[in-house]
Amino acid sequence: MKALLIRDLRLAIRAGGGFGLGLAFFLIVTVLVPFSVGPDSALLATIAPGILWLGALLACLLSLDRILALDWEDGTLDLLACAPLPMEGTVSIKAFAHWITTGLPLIFSAPLFALLLNLPSQGYAPLILSLLLGTPALSVIGTFGAALTVGIKRGGLLLSLLVLPLYVPTLIFGAEVARRGAEGLTYSTPLIMLAGITFGTIALLPFASAAVLRVNIR
Amino acid sequence: MQLSVDNLSVARGGIAVLEGVSFRVTPGEALILRGPNGIGKTTLLRALAGLQPALSGDINAPSESIAYAAHSDGIKHVLSVRENLAFWADVFGTTDISPAMSAFELRPLANRSAGALSAGQKRRLGLARLLVTARPIWILDEPTVSLDTHAVAMFANAIRSHLATGGIALIATHIDLGLEADILDIAPFKAKPVNIQNDEMEGFL
Repeated sequence: MKALLIRDLRLAIRAGGGFGLGLAFFLIVTVLVPFSVGPDSALLATIAPGILWLGALLACLLSLDRILALDWEDGTLDLLACAPLPMEGTVSIKAFAHWITTGLPLIFSAPLFALLLNLPSQGYAPLILSLLLGTPALSVIGTFGAALTVGIKRGGLLLSLLVLPLYVPTLIFGAEVARRGAEGLTYSTPLIMLAGITFGTIALLPFASAAVLRVNIR
Repeated sequence: MQLSVDNLSVARGGIAVLEGVSFRVTPGEALILRGPNGIGKTTLLRALAGLQPALSGDINAPSESIAYAAHSDGIKHVLSVRENLAFWADVFGTTDISPAMSAFELRPLANRSAGALSAGQKRRLGLARLLVTARPIWILDEPTVSLDTHAVAMFANAIRSHLATGGIALIATHIDLGLEADILDIAPFKAKPVNIQNDEMEGFL
């Protein structure tokens, strides 16, 4: 399993791996928002948590079809299915590798981008906490979507349509944590809900992903 | 340890392609499958490798004993030849990739990125993967595609030494590998053109 993780990370950072794709998209969104809504810093501070969460979510979405599609095309998935790794382990590792290459850079860069959007200073800790707890769910749900659409040529649109509704609860509670934090309110309730969603998806979805993948590689 | 198939039927895209396939291969033996295009060789081999369920019949093989190689080799173009092979060795819990590198003359290419290999060299890398899996039963689907005569001889030698150590090989191929192997023509097992009646399976899958 470690071999698979190392290989996935290595593939992501080598040429054409799309490592910086999500990060670049996140940067573009946060840089363009002040231009489009105007330089009113009070307004920016109000919408900053929502924009940051939406940007992170869309950045995640952008790289989902790479999780399994490339391995499907070159036959790696067939060979992994014959390997001594359980399919559940394979999809979990794939989701984890996606989180490391997409979610983690977003978390690290979020404070910088929050500065661009004039996020109030008390909002930084809850923002990072919410991203840290929320982005793993985005990767795990995304891997499930990728498993559903594997084998469909140009399945990116279908994948987005399937995954977006599943992302809604994470977005609601994640953005709520960041918003309440920025306004100096207590945010423990949405944070617990967010953590619940994340741990629930991590516990259950790999089984669903593995099951649909087994059907899809037939 | 042996690979035995009893009265097996397989389907492709919801249509039965082969039925009543039975054979038995014991250690040290190879079986070569022949048959016209579209007869179901690939489907049969995928069913044996556990990649798709059989319609009916039994496949008896020890669990986790099968190494499968098909048309695509699962090669990552941005990784080097050595990295590609070391990855599969790691996945299958083996560590020594040098015999596999030697058997398919990959040493001079070890540090080259797999994307820069020719089709035949990629195929050799894909076949070298079989050696690092250390599994006794090889299921090979058209393994000699894009190999030159020298590489085919290399491959035949790899099969021979695999059989000599008690391995089993099941090969779908159209060329003569020069192996002492039984040949099974699967054309007589062609299924009658009837759609599968199993509605439950059709509806869900």
